[in-house]
Amino acid sequence: MDDLVIARSLFGTTMGFHIIFATLGVGLPLMMIIAELMYQKTKDYHYVIMAKRWTKTFAILLGVGIPTGTIAGTQLSLLWPGFMEVIGKVMVLPFQIEIYAFFLEALFMSIYVYAAERLPPWARTLSLVLVAFGAMASAVLISNVHSFEGTPAGFKMENGVISDVHPWVAFFNPSFIVTAIHVVLTAYTTGAFVIAAVAAFKMLRIGPKNKDYLFHKKALKICVITGGIFALFTALNGHVVTQKLHEYQPEKLAAAEGLFETQDHAPLSLLGFTDRETQEVKYGIEIPWALSFLSGNSFDTEVIGLNDFPEEEWPPLFVHTLFNLMVITGGMLIVLALFIYLWNFRRKRELPKWLLVIVVLSGPLAMMAIESGWIFACTGRQPWTIYRILSTADSATTSTNLGPLFASFAVVYAILGIAVVSVLLYYFKRNTVQDDIYRAEQKGLPLYGSNS
Amino acid sequence: MTDTILAITTLWLFVFFYSILGTMDFGAGFWSFLYFNKEKTKVTNVANRYLSPTWEVTNTFIVLLVISLYALFPGAAYTLGTVLLIPGSLILLLLAIRSAFLVFSHIATKYSKVLTYISGITGIIIPALLISVLPISHGNYVEGEKGKEVLNLSALFTSPHEYAFVGFGVFSTLFLSALLLSDYSKESNEVEAFKIYRKNAMITGPISLVFAILVMWTMKSEAPWLFENMMEHSSMLLLSVLFFVIGGIGLYLPYFSKRDVKGMPRLAVIAIVIQYFIASFAYGRAHLPYIVYPIVTLENSFTDPATFRAVFIVIIICSAILLPGFYLFWRLFMKDKRYLSQQKQESKK
Ligand code: HDD
Ligand code: HEM
Ligand code: HEM
Repeated sequence: MDDLVIARSLFGTTMGFHIIFATLGVGLPLMMIIAELMYQKTKDYHYVIMAKRWTKTFAILLGVGIPTGTIAGTQLSLLWPGFMEVIGKVMVLPFQIEIYAFFLEALFMSIYVYAAERLPPWARTLSLVLVAFGAMASAVLISNVHSFEGTPAGFKMENGVISDVHPWVAFFNPSFIVTAIHVVLTAYTTGAFVIAAVAAFKMLRIGPKNKDYLFHKKALKICVITGGIFALFTALNGHVVTQKLHEYQPEKLAAAEGLFETQDHAPLSLLGFTDRETQEVKYGIEIPWALSFLSGNSFDTEVIGLNDFPEEEWPPLFVHTLFNLMVITGGMLIVLALFIYLWNFRRKRELPKWLLVIVVLSGPLAMMAIESGWIFACTGRQPWTIYRILSTADSATTSTNLGPLFASFAVVYAILGIAVVSVLLYYFKRNTVQDDIYRAEQKGLPLYGSNS
Repeated sequence: MTDTILAITTLWLFVFFYSILGTMDFGAGFWSFLYFNKEKTKVTNVANRYLSPTWEVTNTFIVLLVISLYALFPGAAYTLGTVLLIPGSLILLLLAIRSAFLVFSHIATKYSKVLTYISGITGIIIPALLISVLPISHGNYVEGEKGKEVLNLSALFTSPHEYAFVGFGVFSTLFLSALLLSDYSKESNEVEAFKIYRKNAMITGPISLVFAILVMWTMKSEAPWLFENMMEHSSMLLLSVLFFVIGGIGLYLPYFSKRDVKGMPRLAVIAIVIQYFIASFAYGRAHLPYIVYPIVTLENSFTDPATFRAVFIVIIICSAILLPGFYLFWRLFMKDKRYLSQQKQESKK
């Protein structure tokens, strides 16, 4: 394999691995806050125990999220020195600010976990809010660099020489706000559905007669409501993100939709595979005119097709599938939440097994949507790292023989992945919900004291 | 002060902070590993209690270093990124394993043995690799023209200069962390742990001094330009030795207290940190104007002036905002008696 392909695969693997933990690192604190607030409101022990157990999960996930993030940040300059040289001159503000978001998160996370019993309740909630804010801010800021890659602004580059730099113009590049909102909303959605999936799994396992059933059901409820609301916002905002593509990166949208000819009244195609030879989407479903409407809020909107661009600049055509996976999952999550709301909250009917099975699937599906969304966004930008300014080939390291490195990182990620799952299982087997309830009832034993 | 000097000074300050925090962190991991099997001493507990809340903050400093390097000197980041691919990746891999298992070992007590081994051993190897960046920046082991630099690994690993640095890095790590932990255990009223750490500091301190001398000795032939520059400021080096002696006095001098312990660890910690501050300043100043000798200088790698101004303002403002957070952190974990004397609770569990 050539070294560029290995470098891309290595970086993609790192990011694909980091993003699992990073997304949960943004999503879980929100659910922890919601549980803490529910406790303040209802004084129901169960909620404080939820918050505690999710905090524990969060702390364990940090053990992988932080080192992989450190790898990601450093690998950017090890594998893409050409890219980082440009970023260093133009777009380094978000990275620099992000450091402080990390500090904020790290400081208050340690305080929340290791000093919880020494803090009054308001200070504990405040630490948690700061942790959540730090995590959210780091997601926003890193997305900012990503949006800059798609819609660069604030500098000129001629023959490799950078001039006329306006760092804040680069910071507020055209797609920053919508992209950042999309990333945060999807992280909240995913965090909520992943917890809901765990709760549903437990409910299936132990059955309604078990005394923990109610505990998990409460968790499932607050997660499904939160997740549903954020999924709805995600879809609305995803629509705006798509319009930004239409405006700034038309070939990416064309590849996402398998559209070859420029046209108005363009159709939206779902599923199927894009065929390069016949220039059509095979085995797909076409919704006439929908793409034009989505792109510009009018059926007359002209959507540019791939044939208007030189073929070497086409993104790979499989991004169509990735885009579909993301959008269809998003739609399904909304329907699922709405259905549970009507079924259980309105009609007060018990959740049947088949519905719980679907909830169990929703967590992994949401995570898959995150993965496909990112791979779509990064791979769909090919052959550029900075759209129409810097090519991927010019960004890459000149070092060769990257194969062994790729292998070592893959092995380490595998070890970390296995270890984190075993530690989670081990911990929660030893500390059951009943243990936590017992601790909470024995006032003398600190609930958070069992953390260290 | 010109912009480039301001930038390199900022970067140097970050490097200094990190090297202090990092050595303490890595060293604490090693000590907690070394004394893991001695159930009756509280030595491991003290190290762990220090390590648990701090590693995440320390880790963020690594990221801060990398980011600040490409924010302020993107040209240097290019060369270093290219040259350091292998050693850098090695550091990252070890760091990942270490951080992850450090966290896990606090949660899954069943595994804590294996995990403590991992974090202890990597706690020694990582500083050795990290400090290797310094001899690499002296230029002898970097080959190829600008834009296509490669690191000559075999030249690096057959050079006595490299090993002098490695020894210096490792023993400084052990020395500083033992010092800090002796102070920390004194603060937590752990007499036994205090004695052990004090003894360790008394052993590792002189060894690290010997390695520092070896570094200078090998530098004379391997990087004469740097050696000469440093000798021009030899008064600073002498000052640094003076603080080393003060630190030694703090350690060895009998200190009369009601608990019959000897030494003034607080004085020693402060003196030794000042010593490292002066010595690394002398080193850094002599290194200028080169970042990587002789291809990368401050001037030819500096960032865009507009970016520099924006970044600098951000650093000042954000640091000011976060200062109370650091203060609170310090209060809660370094001073609060309730945290420091968690012993009884822990042993009950
Ligand atoms: C739970 C995950 C999830 C869900 C349900 C959705 N997205 Fe998404 N999407 C992401 C997770 C995601 C992401 C992983 O967070 C991405 C990758 C890059 C980015 O900025 O966000 C993304 C990127 C992304 C992009 C590419 C942006 C770029 O290339 O710069 C578009 C056009 C959309 N999304 C559109 C949508 C639409 C129309 C959705 C309809 C419901 C949708 N997304 C649901
Ligand atoms: C965290 C979720 C992310 C995932 C899963 C992801 C995935 C990928 C993948 C798969 C590639 C290889 C693309 C290809 O070769 O076809 C890639 C490349 C790249 N990504 Fe991302 N990415 C993520 C986030 C980001 C962010 C936030 C940035 C901005 C800093 C970024 C910057 C890059 C760069 C610079 C490359 C290399 C050049 C290129 O191939 O375009 N990525 N990423
Ligand atoms: C949208 C994609 C990303 C999100 C949402 C995200 C979010 C996060 C979060 C929340 C953390 C804290 C640890 C945790 O909670 O797991 C983290 C850690 C980290 N991330 Fe990511 N990240 C993303 C992509 C990236 C990329 C592309 C980079 C590299 C440029 C990166 C660099 C880092 C670093 C260096 C850390 C460690 C911070 C520390 O030492 O405390 N992240 N990330």
